[in-house]
Amino acid sequence: MHPAFSVIFLTTLLGAGQGLFLAIFTGQLYSVARFLPTQDDQFYALGSLVALVLLVVGLGASFFHLGRPERAWRSAAMWRTSWLSREVILLPILMLFVFAYGVAHWMEWTQPWFRIGEVLNVDATLIFGLLGTIASFALFVATAMIYASVKFLQEWHSTFTVANFTLLGMASGFMLAAAYSAYIGNPLVAFFGTWAVLLTLGALVSRVAHLRRNARLKHKSTVQTAIGVRHTAVVQKAQGAMGGSFNTREFFHGRSDSTVRLVRNSFLILVFPVPILLISAAYLIESTSLPILAFVIQYLGLIAERWYFFAEAKHPQNLYYQSVA
Amino acid sequence: MTQLALVIDLNVCVGCHACVTSCKEWNTSGWAGPLVDQNPYDGSPTGTFFNRVQTFEVGVFPNTETVHFPKSCLHCEEPPCVPVCPTGASHKRADNGIVLVDYDKCIGCKYCSWACPYGARELDEQEKVMKKCTLCIDRITDATLSDRDRQPACVLACPTSARLYGDVHDPDSEVSVAIRERGGYQLMPEWGTKPANHYLPRRTTRLYISPDELMRVDNPLRKEDLTNYTGEETLDDVAW
Repeated sequence: MHPAFSVIFLTTLLGAGQGLFLAIFTGQLYSVARFLPTQDDQFYALGSLVALVLLVVGLGASFFHLGRPERAWRSAAMWRTSWLSREVILLPILMLFVFAYGVAHWMEWTQPWFRIGEVLNVDATLIFGLLGTIASFALFVATAMIYASVKFLQEWHSTFTVANFTLLGMASGFMLAAAYSAYIGNPLVAFFGTWAVLLTLGALVSRVAHLRRNARLKHKSTVQTAIGVRHTAVVQKAQGAMGGSFNTREFFHGRSDSTVRLVRNSFLILVFPVPILLISAAYLIESTSLPILAFVIQYLGLIAERWYFFAEAKHPQNLYYQSVA
Repeated sequence: MTQLALVIDLNVCVGCHACVTSCKEWNTSGWAGPLVDQNPYDGSPTGTFFNRVQTFEVGVFPNTETVHFPKSCLHCEEPPCVPVCPTGASHKRADNGIVLVDYDKCIGCKYCSWACPYGARELDEQEKVMKKCTLCIDRITDATLSDRDRQPACVLACPTSARLYGDVHDPDSEVSVAIRERGGYQLMPEWGTKPANHYLPRRTTRLYISPDELMRVDNPLRKEDLTNYTGEETLDDVAW
């Protein structure tokens, strides 16, 4: 498949935004449980504002993928059958909850609405945070299922796709939370950093397992089933067009094997070991800039990861477009 | 239920591309048009087509065979491109089974093209919506046309009658008989898309003659008693 940067930015920015919101709310839950010191409300409000900005920019990137962006509102119609439609509905719902969560903290609407047991005071921030968490995970699933549900792209048609999108998004979000805490000099950087390392390690396991699965993949379609001729030697001599077509532009990445391998090796280094080493070093030397660098490098690596995700997938229609003339 | 479709006879297709040009001419000027081209008279000409004729070589020289392979939307009975469409622009007509795109609803997200294993859908680079074979829906539903003209443009253009058109759900239709009696098959059956369009295979006419067809096994000449007698008493001596 041809990697489109609009979709690469859409999925990586949404992942980081969802992850950051989950990180911020996790921090609040820990402080509610008194595992962490309580932060002032501005910390949560600013954090969710950054998450909201990422979600908005990601949404903006998605419009560049559309031929007719002015009709984008129509895309919520077929939510019964289309994961793309479900994503289109879930994204604004998540934005709404993240916005409400941030506003509730900013306005300090922390008067408890009701109380569970003796200790748990449920206020507006907790409710919006919980709703946002559910929406975040639902959006991870919807985004990933857009790809995982296309059975013809066997590289994508796997549970690993959903696991990777979720774990990589959360890892980059927690990494960003660590960077954000480091930037404003908040001591929670170690807490977010630890989670970022754990999530990055989890994503590493899932992503490498996905790569290994795809390396062993046997494609169902062959040129024999494509044209229905039973012979071992079937070679295309003409594809009906000399200057290419939509079929040659959309479904081929047009890069050499060595380039694709280079991108794969780059993301394996940039997404996993480098950020882990940087955030660990930041913890040891109490640096406030290294966590920011760790997030930036991991995000660049995720762009390469998503590029490779597209380039790796081989569409069966390519069997009809093997030779120009 | 009616399921209109094409049956394409690879045995008689000569790869002349008349169906391609006829399809383009009709559909670029009609309801589905324009089918826009880029650089039509320049280097790397490209554009939107509903139908293309591809050529494959089967076998290794000198035992090769050229297969011309016309390829268009197969109007699947289980079209995987329809449920993925977020707007409902992509749909399968209930009355005749034709898979269509509503060009006024399509947002050009290209998701349906990912969900088609045959590469039957093409995004129009100027109109920015997904386009595909309509089976000339504007011809075949036009009651003012004569029966002869109420067929897809590609079918009318084919000089060798390699393209048959009809209802594949009617067991007595020309297309159903052709599929049944001439080995009609579907493309990529492994995906369960149930394409309505079928292809008739290449056929080489060979006459197989086995030796016992040339030599009569119960030839009476070889049933006669051809023993050479040397004076002993035979049946002839006593039976006259």
